[in-house]
Amino acid sequence: MSKTEEPATTTDEQAAGDHLSTAPKDDREDTAPAPAAFGIIGWTRWFWRQLTSMRVALILLFMLSLAAIPGSLIPQRSVDETKVADFFEAHETLAPLYDKVQLFDVYSSVWFSAIYILLFISLIGCIVPRTWQFVGQLRSRPPGAPGRLTRMPAYTSWRTDTSPEEVRTLALSLMKKRRFRADMAGDAVTAEKGYLREAGNLIFHIALIVLLLAFATGQLFKSEGGKLITEGGGFSNTLTQYDDFKSGSLFDRDHDLEPFSFHLDDFVGTYERSGPQRGTPRVYEAHITYSEGADGIPKKSVIEVNTPLTVGGSKVHLIGHGYAPVVTVRDPRGKVVFQGPAPLLPTDANVTSTGAIKVMDGYRDKAGKRTQLGFTAVFVPTFGGAGKGSMFSKYPGLDFPALALTAFHGSLGVDAGLPQNVYQLDTRKMKQFKNPDGSPYAKMLLPGEKMDLPGGQGSITFEKDIKEWATFQVSQQPGNMWALAGAVAAIAGLAASLFIQRRRVWIRAVRQDDGSTLVEMAGLGRSESHRLPEELGSLAATLHTQAPTSATPPPAEPPAEGARA
Amino acid sequence: MILAAATNQSLAETSNVLIYSAMAVYTLAFLAHIAEWTFGSRSRVGRTAAALTRPAAPAVTVRSQGSTAVLDKPQVVTRSAAGTRDAADGEGAAGGTEKGDLYGRIAISLTLLGFLIAAAGVATRALSVQRAPWGNMYEFSITFSTVAVGAYLVFLLTRMNVRWIGLPLVTTVLLDLGVATKWLYTDSDQLVPALDSYWLWIHVSTAIFCGAVFYVGGVGTLGYLLRDRYEVRAELGETADVLKAHLASLPPANAFVTAVRRARVPFRRFMDSTVSRLPSAASLDKFSYRINAGVFPLWTFTIVAGAIWAGDAWGRFWGWDPKEVWSFVTWIVYACYLHARATAGWKGRKAAYLALFAFATWLWNYYGVNIFITGKHSYAGV
Ligand code: HEM
Repeated sequence: MSKTEEPATTTDEQAAGDHLSTAPKDDREDTAPAPAAFGIIGWTRWFWRQLTSMRVALILLFMLSLAAIPGSLIPQRSVDETKVADFFEAHETLAPLYDKVQLFDVYSSVWFSAIYILLFISLIGCIVPRTWQFVGQLRSRPPGAPGRLTRMPAYTSWRTDTSPEEVRTLALSLMKKRRFRADMAGDAVTAEKGYLREAGNLIFHIALIVLLLAFATGQLFKSEGGKLITEGGGFSNTLTQYDDFKSGSLFDRDHDLEPFSFHLDDFVGTYERSGPQRGTPRVYEAHITYSEGADGIPKKSVIEVNTPLTVGGSKVHLIGHGYAPVVTVRDPRGKVVFQGPAPLLPTDANVTSTGAIKVMDGYRDKAGKRTQLGFTAVFVPTFGGAGKGSMFSKYPGLDFPALALTAFHGSLGVDAGLPQNVYQLDTRKMKQFKNPDGSPYAKMLLPGEKMDLPGGQGSITFEKDIKEWATFQVSQQPGNMWALAGAVAAIAGLAASLFIQRRRVWIRAVRQDDGSTLVEMAGLGRSESHRLPEELGSLAATLHTQAPTSATPPPAEPPAEGARA
Repeated sequence: MILAAATNQSLAETSNVLIYSAMAVYTLAFLAHIAEWTFGSRSRVGRTAAALTRPAAPAVTVRSQGSTAVLDKPQVVTRSAAGTRDAADGEGAAGGTEKGDLYGRIAISLTLLGFLIAAAGVATRALSVQRAPWGNMYEFSITFSTVAVGAYLVFLLTRMNVRWIGLPLVTTVLLDLGVATKWLYTDSDQLVPALDSYWLWIHVSTAIFCGAVFYVGGVGTLGYLLRDRYEVRAELGETADVLKAHLASLPPANAFVTAVRRARVPFRRFMDSTVSRLPSAASLDKFSYRINAGVFPLWTFTIVAGAIWAGDAWGRFWGWDPKEVWSFVTWIVYACYLHARATAGWKGRKAAYLALFAFATWLWNYYGVNIFITGKHSYAGV
């Protein structure tokens, strides 16, 4: 409220408005040059004062907003690793430079962390003294009335025949009734209201710290794993069952996983039939049966994109979906050596899927020799390549499913002990089945059809029953409840801080020379107090009914200071 | 998840017709506003500094009620805080002229009509898809401008001094609807399952509302900056005539510079005449602060609601997706603005620049991020 120096008025008003907020009134001290002669302690104090000043908080906040921006323009490892890899390929010289300054990991980078850590130190350094100050204000009385009430932003006065003492008593009880903290001092009543504003502001800033701590705990103790399950298959929450698994640095992989299991009964997906958004999913649900604990009672549930399954502190999200054609592989003697669904990975929005089918053991070729079989598979739920000789799907639903296969025999290489991608065939030690003319042997099958391997080496059947699979993400992030509580407290505190006005009202009653009483009322709020005059008017009107304007004419000379009504 | 209901094509077409009709009515409102400002300027061309500063009023106005008058209610006298400029609010676009005022009223009536038609357009669109009308950017845009006009009309109704916003508001609403129908149009359709959640209602509706109100606050801030500069100039007595004299005293220069100089005087006259009719800088400053501070908690809530939804939809409540990054940036910049207002040395113009920057980040978050950056927040069809 005090900007320009207007000697008398400003100081008066400043004194009257003292401690209306615990915000630092002026940063001028903080911008003072560093003390030259203070040595280490002096410097530390200077630095601390700088850090906890409003001005530096403002600058740090602004820097935080700027520092967050690059992360939205440059691919981030934490969001999408493949995009980062693409970037490395596309920008050979730039990428390593970016990498050096952690532009692919903005939100865990040294510079981003430095800004928010400084900001939070500043925040704590700001909150603690403000909290003490506020507690002090609550325990002491609001400051007494300033000498000249006429100088306050809202003012009113009238003359009455009621005695000054009575006016003050009436005023005191009126202010208390209006839930002001009121107090009589000398010839005036001082009242203050709206302490919730300051409390709200402090709660808001403290809630920010709670949020940050909750977020940090979440990062350290979280775990997140993915699992692909085919209809009819199941999962139990132990480390070995995951396809992939990540966890925070303080997560205990052996003890912290919630014991539960579930079973995918059915996946239901329907897709838009027509219009510009043909093919976008409409219904997309995984029907499951789950049980809590080691052997709980099985319960049925449905997981959708927006509705995860929650078991204790773990959440199971539906992430993706695809098809798993069921195939039966027979050896030359007609013995079934493999039968089951083969999950294939979608490559486009219409679920054209590719993958491999591997027959690890049990197969003997015509000569009775033990060997392994491998098939590369392309599956389309709705065949769109008729007459074009290529396999692509034109709709994600199962309208016209087809499966194209090529076959290999030899060693799948799975015994080498090296980790292998289950969806890819390592053909280095395999030989492809060929047509008599030497071209690769390949065939497209419709459900129920069978492909015979050349030379009577067996067959593979594309069964009519096509299964679907779904991928699930099982995640555990402690601290979520704290984050939510922090967020709710922050919003409530913020609303109190911004919508509640803290203001003071003074009522002075003084006997005049002519025997009447001059009642003066004035109000002062923190800046932006547009409702203050109205409130003062309403208070004055009420008091006026109890101590009405004197009927005798006022003395010819107006009072030296102040105003008449 | 009730997705069986087919989209109703005829309702969607009705909605399109309504939106186009609203644009036509808004165009008429725009013209009426232009007429209002023009008549307002004609009446008192050259009215400048003289009208601006109040006569040096005593700090307290003494009201004499006559010696025997019995007051039924004590009069409250207000004075502005120490150190602030004591300029009076301008007279409004019509500049006190009857004709201007008439056109202004016509403009507001037309705006109200346009608003009703646009609101019907949004409602039929919602009915045609049987869901909230904000599944893609087209729907988002038509709802956004309708809410902005609605907010303005509510402010008018509550007798806030916002009539001057009419022209800039209608202009941008026309732009917004133009962009929406020309480039962002998407046939009405249902939502992909990822967007199909009651959080859509909560999160997106509050986001639209906050954006519309932040927009009104942004216009207020712009007005404040213009008016503040004008008041400073007026205090220094720098009228257009002074500028003219000053330019005449300059040494001759090449043709281009001369042409620019020549254009400055009428431009200054035009600006002064326009800006002098705005509310005072202090009023505008307070207005935009109240607007921005008023929706900031709601904007905070919007982000929190989005995080909760993301926790349900994607298994993590915060993942620095581009949209999340930019929401965070807007939030922090608005927090900066609020801090600036409470920090000595940052009040006034500096805080106003921060407020404008904050709104720019909001705009970018809406248009820029959707169009130029791919993230999880890509909508169905833009
Ligand atoms: C973590 C980042 C921070 C955020 C997001 C933040 C946000 C806010 C917001 C939104 C307000 C507006 C409430 C109002 O005007 O009453 C506010 C007020 C305030 N903040 Fe912060 N703040 C942060 C850090 C800090 C720090 C580090 C300090 C201390 C140096 C600080 C001191 C204050 C004070 C004193 C007020 C009250 C101003 C007044 O009474 O008008 N804040 N803050």
